[in-house]
Amino acid sequence: MDELKQVFLQESNEQLDALEALLLELEARPDDETTLNGIFRAAHTIKGAAGMVECAAVESFAHVVENVLDRLRNHEIAVSTELAALMLACTDQLRVLVADEAGVADVAAEEIQARTAALLARLGEYGPAAVGGQVSASPKASEPGVQRIPARHAGHTCWHISVRFGPDVLRQGMDPENFLRFLETVGNIRHIETLADGMPAAEAMDPELCYLGFEIALESAADKQAIEDVFAFVRDECRLAILPPDSKVGDYLKLIDSLPEDSLRLGEILVRVGALTADELAEGLRAQATPASADSAPEGTPIGEILVARQVVQPEIVAAAVAKQTQVSEKKAHDAKLIRVPADKLDHLINLVGELVIAGAATSLLAHTRRDGELIESSSLLTRLVEEIRDASLQLRTVQIGETFNRFQRLVRDACKDLGKDVELVISGGETELDKSIVEKIGDPLMHLVRNSLDHGIEAPAVREAAGKSPRGTLSLNAYHDAGNIVIEVADDGAGLNRERILAKAVERGLVEPDVHLSDREVYDLIFAPGLSTAEQVTNLSGRGVGMDVVRRNLQALRGTINVDSHPGQGTRLTLRLPLTLAIIDGFLVVSANRSYVIPLDAVVECIERPVTEHDRNYFNLRGQVLPAVCLRESFKLPGERPARESVVVVQYAGQRAGIVVDRLAGELQAVIKPLGAIFRHLQGIGGSTILGSGEVALILDISALIKISGQAEQRLLARPEQRNA
Amino acid sequence: MSVIRRAFTEDFTIYRVAEIKPELLEAIAAGERIELDLAQVERMDSAGCQLLMLAKREASAAGKTLAIVAHSPAVQSLIEFYNLAAWFGDPLVVAAQ
Repeated sequence: MDELKQVFLQESNEQLDALEALLLELEARPDDETTLNGIFRAAHTIKGAAGMVECAAVESFAHVVENVLDRLRNHEIAVSTELAALMLACTDQLRVLVADEAGVADVAAEEIQARTAALLARLGEYGPAAVGGQVSASPKASEPGVQRIPARHAGHTCWHISVRFGPDVLRQGMDPENFLRFLETVGNIRHIETLADGMPAAEAMDPELCYLGFEIALESAADKQAIEDVFAFVRDECRLAILPPDSKVGDYLKLIDSLPEDSLRLGEILVRVGALTADELAEGLRAQATPASADSAPEGTPIGEILVARQVVQPEIVAAAVAKQTQVSEKKAHDAKLIRVPADKLDHLINLVGELVIAGAATSLLAHTRRDGELIESSSLLTRLVEEIRDASLQLRTVQIGETFNRFQRLVRDACKDLGKDVELVISGGETELDKSIVEKIGDPLMHLVRNSLDHGIEAPAVREAAGKSPRGTLSLNAYHDAGNIVIEVADDGAGLNRERILAKAVERGLVEPDVHLSDREVYDLIFAPGLSTAEQVTNLSGRGVGMDVVRRNLQALRGTINVDSHPGQGTRLTLRLPLTLAIIDGFLVVSANRSYVIPLDAVVECIERPVTEHDRNYFNLRGQVLPAVCLRESFKLPGERPARESVVVVQYAGQRAGIVVDRLAGELQAVIKPLGAIFRHLQGIGGSTILGSGEVALILDISALIKISGQAEQRLLARPEQRNA
Repeated sequence: MSVIRRAFTEDFTIYRVAEIKPELLEAIAAGERIELDLAQVERMDSAGCQLLMLAKREASAAGKTLAIVAHSPAVQSLIEFYNLAAWFGDPLVVAAQ
């Protein structure tokens, strides 16, 4: 796929997102002119861009949509719920068409055509009478020959004059200026472009020779002869081309070909003079290209030149598209300052930074072993800079989560219509930033959670009223940073989880023993159990494809967790915790049995010593607070004698604290996370590995898993009191 | 950075351009930033304008800056007529009459 097309696909998806957001806004405020104009611009931009990349299906469809929008904008038709729904459907269809163009559509070609036809028919009801006839049901219908493109702006009422003065005119006492001034007596010069491209290098240039040429747009009622007569005195000394108003685009292209200057530059100039708009040039090119390719280029049609010329328009179109985009939604103010960079380039950069961190660590280690003061100092400076580079390059990949959140507006709206519910989506913390790769992967789990809340969490208006709540439900999405993690909350004010039913189901499935006592939290956690997902789930809904267990697994793959908090009658809150990045963490190196382990520094609260007297306990006392202790030696069954003095690293995760007992502490480091192979997938308590400066491999501890393991051990003991005493 | 400032008083016309050209090129060769004061130029024709374009082009090609810091009405008028004001990129000061 060529570059231009890729840009088109990306841009049009962005435009479609904007279009959708604006349409939803329009539904809420039907009279808002700004929104209407924004919608129109978005549709227009999509159409223009589609034309650029010869994506006829998208273009012709967008054209009809645009017609209807135009009538809407001119108040010829009124905004109605049906129309808004239709427009949303059209947006979806455009998305499918764009996806089809990219070859990634998940709908069959016939289905797409059928839908297009159906939507066109519905659009026809709103469009002007002519619309129906203008666009054929089959969008790919070939275009007849060279078309005359209808005049749309003042430029077309202008003659286009292209003149290159001969070298001797100046010596003969004829100044081009005089001719052009004289031209003003025939008509009104709308635009003039002066060209001196033929001027040779300084030494070769004879100041008495004329190298000038002009491209002129002349607004005039005079005929061609009258204009030509202006140049009568120099007729033999210059190259003159005069194109009447409303000339065929093809004529302009021929003109471009015939002129000595670089055709790329000329195309630009023609657009600037106003002889052509960028759109028309593109449209004309396509109209020309179609028959040319069909007849296997009869007169040796300069397809190559046409392509060159097409490149000409590209910057204009792209610039125009960018300019329009900036007006569409509010965050666009920044857009012009943004650079698009392929994600793999960034990944490569981050990989390199990762290697740099490792190499830096090696240098610093060397400096310390040699006890070379100066080297230590310089390597510490280096380390600091590397840290800054690391942070900055990781920042490059961060995006705001708001965009992901905003996508749910549509989902909520549609689901409400389907389910007959009234739900308001409240978004906060949209500016919270996190790694793009995480944002991409979290979309689906989030969507599932939102759907679940809509389907089962929030009750129907009547039920809500009966329960003394406002008939309008609230679904809130919130995001914020917390200790090196990003926290995303999906909360609703619905009925809450039904503890009894979950428990009954879990017992039925054999997930828990019938007579165990479980805390609320444990019961709610059961909804993530694999056996409890999909059909006949607690929430009575099925068929969405993803069960809650899949949600949880997806999150775990991102080193994230999910927690449920629910109050009957008041609602449910799902809290997702995710790491900010997947690549590099600040770690705390600890050693047990001469093996190195890394604890994510964000999780570390403090370190204390542990006297030998406490060796056998699996808890410890932190200033009066009793915390569970996880001994690495025991957890990982490490060989060797326990040292007399052990250390405890107090860690905190999601509000829970625990102590990790290790042999000794070895200080902070930056760990470039290397994922563990598939074999180790089921290993509990290990999140990944990293390479130390010495070349040694260290395992990164998965704190959440360790805390959970310790918690489970404790729960087991609590559940079976007889063991505790044993 | 060396700044060369040259004021021209002779006309920028076909009759003088042959003399002015080497002067201009000299000025470009001598400095990093060349400022042309054309306030006293009473007449300019297409040949003069073309020469200015050459000077601007040569300066840019050499990575230098050529700026016309003062325009006489004649210079300004022609540059505007040829729609080259933006191309030269110099602020045109409307003379107080």
